[in-house]
Amino acid sequence: MKKKMKMGTGDKIFYVLTRGLLAAFLVIVLYPIYFVVIASFSDPTYVNSGEFLFFPKGFTMLGYSQIFKTARIWISYANTLIYVTCGTLLGLAASVMAGYALSQKKLLGKSVIMGLLVFTMYFGGGLIPTYLVVKGIHLTNTRTLLIIMGSISIYNIILIRSFFVSTLPQELQDAAFIDGCGNGQYFFKVALPLSKAILAVIGLYIAVAHWNSYFSALIYVTDRAKQPLQLYLREVLLMAQSTSDLMEVDPQAAAQLNRMVEVIKYGIIVVSTVPIICVYPFLQKYFVKGVMIGSVKG
Amino acid sequence: MKKKESGARTDSLTLSKIRKSVKDNWVLYLFLLPTLIYVGIFSYAPMYGIQVAFKDFVPSKGIWGSPWAGGKYFEQFFQSPRFWDYVKNTLGLSLYSLAAGFPIPVVLALVLNDIRSTKMKKFAQTVSYMPHFISIVVLVGMMSSFFSPQSGFVNTLIKALGGDSVYFMGSAKWFRHMYVWSGVWQNAGWGSIIYLAALTGVSPELHESAMIDGANKLQRIRHIDLPAIMPTMAILLILNCGSIMSVGFDKVYLMQNDLNLGVSEVISTYTYKVGLLQKNYSYSSAIGLFNNGINFVILVAVNKISGKLSGTSLW
Repeated sequence: MKKKMKMGTGDKIFYVLTRGLLAAFLVIVLYPIYFVVIASFSDPTYVNSGEFLFFPKGFTMLGYSQIFKTARIWISYANTLIYVTCGTLLGLAASVMAGYALSQKKLLGKSVIMGLLVFTMYFGGGLIPTYLVVKGIHLTNTRTLLIIMGSISIYNIILIRSFFVSTLPQELQDAAFIDGCGNGQYFFKVALPLSKAILAVIGLYIAVAHWNSYFSALIYVTDRAKQPLQLYLREVLLMAQSTSDLMEVDPQAAAQLNRMVEVIKYGIIVVSTVPIICVYPFLQKYFVKGVMIGSVKG
Repeated sequence: MKKKESGARTDSLTLSKIRKSVKDNWVLYLFLLPTLIYVGIFSYAPMYGIQVAFKDFVPSKGIWGSPWAGGKYFEQFFQSPRFWDYVKNTLGLSLYSLAAGFPIPVVLALVLNDIRSTKMKKFAQTVSYMPHFISIVVLVGMMSSFFSPQSGFVNTLIKALGGDSVYFMGSAKWFRHMYVWSGVWQNAGWGSIIYLAALTGVSPELHESAMIDGANKLQRIRHIDLPAIMPTMAILLILNCGSIMSVGFDKVYLMQNDLNLGVSEVISTYTYKVGLLQKNYSYSSAIGLFNNGINFVILVAVNKISGKLSGTSLW
């Protein structure tokens, strides 16, 4: 493949066309993200009238200084970090244990258990029945719920199971068990150390899902002190009372702030999204690996 | 995606052997416990609660104690004047999403796969996956800012080209396009990964010998690359069809406003409003069950058809 072959005219047209399309696609993907960044540094007057396209106009940090003064952003940010960290650790531990157990031939009733789990991927009780259950066990308005809910996904468990089935040689296990190694010991001493890659992938999946979720919080948590970042973002970015919280009692300051609404929005998008966008290119190969494990499983 | 386990082994085991095996492997069952508890609470307990749909639910009497109502709430839903609107809106959105969102990742993967330079490829991939990591709340927030009639850059461009500014986010006409194409923007790159993975399995020798035989690029894509990703496409298509009646609540709800409600009220948002805002638990459960049931039936049917036609099926 490395050798360059002569291209026919048709192939040349194809080449130019596809590269052109790809370039256009990349511009379309990148520009909105770029615009958010430049808008967050621009003068509110220009942002409100939409007077720039490529470079920030009237560079200012006013939006950011306002954002850093707003306590609720940081409270919800901290909440999200708690939910993401705990939820990921918990979900990861449960998923890897379940995936390992399901990869074991000697697990009796395995197909029944698998069936029970897989069925839930395609059918569920629905919103209200779930709500009634959560309410019934008094998990509404708790941090526990936001940590637990969504931390375990059957799809992830199946991925882990496939990984163990395809990478842990049966002979290795047989030999270990003859030497008197037990299930637990084998899991911790052999299986876990071999599965760092899949753990990274699944951990990232859970973390991203947790970071982005707002639905459970919207439904189950009304206590503002426990709200995650996404719910707060929804208020600021999409609801009319966006500035009410940022506004002081002083009407002049209120008017001033009102003028800055758009800039603040852009700044908040940057603050809430940049961490994850900056981190993921370094983790990209793991993500891709996860999708590949998912696609090759039989 | 899932192979049948050979469960026949169990037959030859006597009860005492089963007991011994479970006793020897209790650790494995312990490992499964957290997941089973989770599924029990968040999946199976709600399934038990589905009966609320057939009852006149009274909170003080609980799920079991409430009196039966038969199919009353289903009838109420079917006969409600807007029933067909909700079904139409839901189907419209999901079919449009499928039509636009399904082929584009395939095309993107084929184009990306064609890039030789590793650096270029990596860059293009990194960029195209990026929007996947933007949360839906932020995505919709970005849309409402970009497309704002006063300050958004889209309208700045339209005005610069001599057009009149359009209130995209508050227009029933634009709602579907906004919903679908923002979804394509966010997920096309991510969706292409799975096809790229399948394409890396194609042996370069196949391409080389095809080139020697005089096949051009398009012919090679059609006869080598496409067959390689066909099974993946089939699986994803089945999965997508299984959720054809369920447009995700999250994004639609965020994009909804009074101006576009006529096309943006889908079954999931209606379920939410009836159930949690109006506290009409039984009615909402009935709508939800209707929706889930249809999805499940479609999934099973499409899976069966696909299994017959292409030999690819989920179970």
